[in-house]
Amino acid sequence: MSWQDKYEPVIGLEVHVQLGTASKTFSPSGAHFGAPPNSLTDPVVLGLPGALPVLNRGAVELAVSLGLASGCEIRRTSRFARKHYFYPDLPKGYQISQYDEPVCEGGAVKFLLDGEPHQVRLTRIHMEEDAGKNMHGGATTSQVDLNRAGVPLCEIVSEPDIRSAAEAAEYMRAIRELVRYLGISDGNMEEGSLRCDANVSIRPIGQEAFGTRVELKNINSFRFVQNAIEYEIARQARVLDGGGEVVQETRLWDVDQGITLTMRSKEEANDYRYFPDPDLPPLVISDAMIDAATAALPELPAAKRARYMDQWGLSADDAKALAGERQVAEWFDAAVAAHGDPATGAKPIANWMQTDANLPDTPVEPGHLAELVTLIADGTISGKIAKDVLQKMIDGGGAPGAIVEREGLKQISDEGAIEAIARAVIDANPKQVEQFRAGKDKVIGFFVGQVMKETRGKANPAMVNELLQRLLRE
Amino acid sequence: MTDLCYASAADLARRVAAGEVSARELTEAHLARIERDDEAIGAYLLVDADGALAQADAVDAARARGDALGPLAGVPIALKDVLVTRDVVTTAASKILAGWKPPYDGTAVAKLRAAGAVLLGKVNCDEFAMGSSNENSSAKPCRNPWDRTRVPGGSSGGSAAAVAYGMAAASLGTDTGGSIRQPASLCGVVGIKPTYGRVSRYGVVAFASSLDQVGPFGRTVEDAALVLEAIAGFDPRDATSIDAPVPRYRDALAGGAKGLRIGIADELSPERLEGVDPEVAAAVDDAVRALVDAGATVSRVSLPHTQYALPAYYLVATAEASSNLARYDGVRFGARTADPGDDLVEMYCKTRGEGFGPEVVRRIMLGTFALRAGYYDAYYRKAQQARALIKRDFDAAFESVDLVVSPTSPTPAFEIGAKTADPWDMYLSDVFTLSCNLAGLPGASVPCGFSSTGLPIGVQMLARPLAEDTLVRAGAALEGALNLAGRRPPEVSA
Repeated sequence: MSWQDKYEPVIGLEVHVQLGTASKTFSPSGAHFGAPPNSLTDPVVLGLPGALPVLNRGAVELAVSLGLASGCEIRRTSRFARKHYFYPDLPKGYQISQYDEPVCEGGAVKFLLDGEPHQVRLTRIHMEEDAGKNMHGGATTSQVDLNRAGVPLCEIVSEPDIRSAAEAAEYMRAIRELVRYLGISDGNMEEGSLRCDANVSIRPIGQEAFGTRVELKNINSFRFVQNAIEYEIARQARVLDGGGEVVQETRLWDVDQGITLTMRSKEEANDYRYFPDPDLPPLVISDAMIDAATAALPELPAAKRARYMDQWGLSADDAKALAGERQVAEWFDAAVAAHGDPATGAKPIANWMQTDANLPDTPVEPGHLAELVTLIADGTISGKIAKDVLQKMIDGGGAPGAIVEREGLKQISDEGAIEAIARAVIDANPKQVEQFRAGKDKVIGFFVGQVMKETRGKANPAMVNELLQRLLRE
Repeated sequence: MTDLCYASAADLARRVAAGEVSARELTEAHLARIERDDEAIGAYLLVDADGALAQADAVDAARARGDALGPLAGVPIALKDVLVTRDVVTTAASKILAGWKPPYDGTAVAKLRAAGAVLLGKVNCDEFAMGSSNENSSAKPCRNPWDRTRVPGGSSGGSAAAVAYGMAAASLGTDTGGSIRQPASLCGVVGIKPTYGRVSRYGVVAFASSLDQVGPFGRTVEDAALVLEAIAGFDPRDATSIDAPVPRYRDALAGGAKGLRIGIADELSPERLEGVDPEVAAAVDDAVRALVDAGATVSRVSLPHTQYALPAYYLVATAEASSNLARYDGVRFGARTADPGDDLVEMYCKTRGEGFGPEVVRRIMLGTFALRAGYYDAYYRKAQQARALIKRDFDAAFESVDLVVSPTSPTPAFEIGAKTADPWDMYLSDVFTLSCNLAGLPGASVPCGFSSTGLPIGVQMLARPLAEDTLVRAGAALEGALNLAGRRPPEVSA
């Protein structure tokens, strides 16, 4: 019996999203990634005596966007709290976070798992500042880089609704997609702008009470989200199968060994001694601000996917591919709008957008792709010629109609003209005519090729085929 | 030379502006006096002679060019060593900050520079502003210029003593539970604690974030008003700073006592409280009578929650202090233990154990305990609730009076070492001053007499939020009525 037959995993994730503000949460130093160590600092970041925090309102706007997009209740008055612990990457000896009055509560994240709609409820989203980075050098020294200290974060705490490692990874992907859509973060796990800790427990199938949960840290890619949780579930199952009890603890994902390990307690039984930060007044969010933020929300990925499938008839895969990035989706929407008739235009446009080039990254305008699709549909050019035209558009050639005119690429659909060329080709190649008449049907390909060569590819292929079929049988 | 050092700041500013005395001459006179006599007093932790002379020369050069001068141009001022000064060592009188050269100026300091003041140096205080006698300074005690066997008060003891002894025309201190007013009272000078938020806390080494305020010391009410004008105002770098215009406090000097409504609180009266020296009670009575003779009226008010001020203060202040002092860990600045041992925790414990004095340790422990999970509601939160009730008492009192008047300190200056055996003895000396900080009100101490042994006595006045002008008006009226000016502490070298 495998563990899947005996136990049900119960998983909750705490996800940290770094907000892409220009400056830090409480001070004017820059908040970007990759600067020389300790260059993005000021007295507030360094926690120097006498320094005081002042809130970056831009960070609040991003947090409110995230809350609204997740269907959370936005608290009109929330508070910042000090969370105390001692560590070299935490300059003040406390982190400014939020405790019992977070800026957002409730809400949910929705996504598809194996084509099925899933929803994970959120407990809360709160704002806090990031800590710096400790790098362990030799055996006896550590180095501290405070560039990251003070960068604004949103912490998204989910309810323990997740029931599998795969679901956890999908939940993370949905959050990444959402924060990129909203433009509040680049959601990059490798660079640390998206992080997660997982709380994992298992319970015998059918039991209501939760098992003892273990916190997992050091998960910094989507793949590790799945691997670490899968490992931990199996580990806990082995413990229970062996008659033991799962210890409530924090474990680190060890990438090299592919296992989770007990963390030597750097933070023991942590009493963070939370209290409201007396340096910061309560954060008041007005109705006007919420209205403005709501109005500024873009159509979100889930809504786009639904629209693409239900209204435009795209497949789930196509919808997922086109709705995944906001820039792409909006480009797609613009192309379909320029075309004017989603019923006939959406699918072809979708197909063209899924070829090798990422069209939104090229000089091609959405309206131009729409025009290309129309030119094919009305027979002005063939599908094959269209590929060449598209490449010219990508290379900066401008609108397809203009390219076709300029280079004389119009499809030849004049039956008389094609017939004349077809007859000429037939007369010039008696051997192949014999082969065809003898039953080698495939030889027609040779004749088609010759006609195409004569017309430099512009002959209407369907017409060519039909004419040749007729003429060869005469 | 001594007369120059006892001239008022207002007078000196006028003379410098008029070209009657150069800023350099003024500065040299003060530096000489400090050099000669401060060893006996211990007001200064650091004298920045080069810096001060350079600032003085800059004022003189500006004057020679005919440039507009700031309102305090050339006035020699001392700064309590919890005020962060760029490139000038700032220690908060603690070993844990020994040798720390800040990379920035606090806002109040920057404003004084912009006003043309000459910053003479950093003066002594209780370590991290925790204390009422300056005896907690890790460097050396400070002595009361009026009787050098006695304390100057605290925590801004050096700020008060320097002004009292003519070693600065004015000074800045900080007040969290009385640390400007009480030393002002014990040293016979004027001290003002502004409304919470009136002066920026950016660049003030934090003790208790919701209580700390920077304020001026002067030998006259006018001087204190002048300095307060220069340092007050909204600061975008301090989120608790009040965005309200700063009045010309000097305009209130001539207001007179007519129409001022004085309140005497039952709970803050010498009759009710134990340990109030009868000479203090008498001097305060005389002060009130003098104001009444000048046209003020007196009535009784009640502040029923006063009894909770001391415990509420020692919970809120210590809790906030335990948090604010967490950053002193030897990692980024200040002192780190010479022998860090093998692990981080050992490094932290040794650094902090060696760096903090016993009173600081005591308050950090108390504050940490008060914030512990499971105790937060019973202690910190409860104290904050008591605080709200204390504020409400004052709001009610200020419906019928403009000032609440009481002694500043229960006694004149006590002997060095007299109250150090039991911390509680020292805490009780703040009994009159604490409520003011808890309620965020402005308060002042103004000299109102001397004890029979020649020790100064001060009277405390508390006003409504942002009513510093009322304090200035009443203080000036009292000053005029009592005419105590001119009396100086004994010369060290006489």
